[in-house]
Amino acid sequence: MSAEWQAIWLTLKLATVTTAILLIVATPLAWWLARSRHWLCQPLAAVVAMPLVLPPTVLGFYLLILMAPSGPVGQLTQSLGLGTLPFTFEGLVVASVIYSLPFAVQPLQAAFSGLSERMLEAASTLRASPLDRFFSVVLPLARPGLLTATVLTFAHTIGEFGVVLMIGGNIPGETKVLSVAIYDHVETLEYARAHWLAGGMVAFAFLVLLSLYLINGRLGGHGLKP
Amino acid sequence: MRLGISRVVLAVCALCLSQLVRADEILVAVAANFTDASRELAALFTDTTGHRARLSYGSTGKLYAQIEHGAPFDVFLAADRQRPALAEQNGLAVTGSRFTYARGKLVLWSPHPDAFEDGEIYLNQAPTTPLAIANPRTAPYGLAARQTLESLTLWTTWQPRLVRGDSIAQAFQFVATGNAGAGFVALSQVSAWPDPVGSMWPVPETLYQPIEQQAVLLTRAQHNPVARAWLQFLRSEPAQAVIRRYGYATDSPNDADG
Repeated sequence: MSAEWQAIWLTLKLATVTTAILLIVATPLAWWLARSRHWLCQPLAAVVAMPLVLPPTVLGFYLLILMAPSGPVGQLTQSLGLGTLPFTFEGLVVASVIYSLPFAVQPLQAAFSGLSERMLEAASTLRASPLDRFFSVVLPLARPGLLTATVLTFAHTIGEFGVVLMIGGNIPGETKVLSVAIYDHVETLEYARAHWLAGGMVAFAFLVLLSLYLINGRLGGHGLKP
Repeated sequence: MRLGISRVVLAVCALCLSQLVRADEILVAVAANFTDASRELAALFTDTTGHRARLSYGSTGKLYAQIEHGAPFDVFLAADRQRPALAEQNGLAVTGSRFTYARGKLVLWSPHPDAFEDGEIYLNQAPTTPLAIANPRTAPYGLAARQTLESLTLWTTWQPRLVRGDSIAQAFQFVATGNAGAGFVALSQVSAWPDPVGSMWPVPETLYQPIEQQAVLLTRAQHNPVARAWLQFLRSEPAQAVIRRYGYATDSPNDADG
């Protein structure tokens, strides 16, 4: 069973790292998309939403080409002394950040655009600096959106499959995440082991979403809807 | 509006009709290493018989799992003899229809001409770049790659640098895109690769179990004359010549029953 635990641990690690990075990246991005009237807003929002529409194979294919030793990203990472990204955990993190980006940005964006202007004005009349306003007014008010973004990003990364299959190389302990492990078991007709993992994921998905709905229901905030 | 609906109905009817007309079409499950050869064979099959063979590719293990779950394949062209034999045993294939249509050859390959001259020397160096193989559990060429590394007592050395493709096609693609320094692939894939420059080391056949690629007629097509015609065609000399041209060995026509 140790191979299974290894896959579970790796998957949780990937989801945690990806979620942490995405919250840092997505928060300012979502804020800007929600509040700015810049002409770039719509094009950028479209780019952010693209992973929702594109098949994972498109993303996997281009990542594989870009991150190859001769590709532009590959050249960059090599010149920085980082080596190349395909078949590594870091490569999966990069792919997951791109793939789960809309799941982090969109709930946050919805929460930010729902904030009342008066609250912010009140805070600024109390001489709160923009940063202070953001951390002591905006973020607490946007808590349901923040929670939704965190949970969805985490859960979506756990469920990632296509991109990982294309750039992961199925390496135990490095890139063999849960979904790939299940795929492997199914393909080799090891249904008992596949059930063990797949059933666990069904239960996990239900519990995560249930607690999200329960908590958001109590907070009375925006649920999953953007 | 009425006209619109009747047009849709007409179109659907035409579609159904075209399906009926296409009754002489079969669906063949093809092991990934045989992709290019089978494409040419299917074209030749249409030219000589007028029938059509539609092809579906994957690793042998994956295709077997699909067949076991009722995938609508008529013929299975595997990359080993184990899965077709298993299909026969489990009543998924017609007993006695199994034969070896090609013998595969494993090579170590890189698109870079100066990657290596002697593959054994390359493999004995300390691993610096990923080495691509097909998943040994689902792909016979992956199994052969594993056997090769084990024969050379290098399996544990390379273990941390091995990247496993879902099928031999993905293993090839990892190497072709430059993401893996080299990889164990099928000679047929290198033969079909448009760029002839590169490094290739034919793995000595003493290092791995023979890759006997067997074809079998699946039970759902046991009364399908087109499927039988396709199997007949595969044994024919023109077809065997195509198969040889892609870098496989074939049995002589006399002992075609493997």
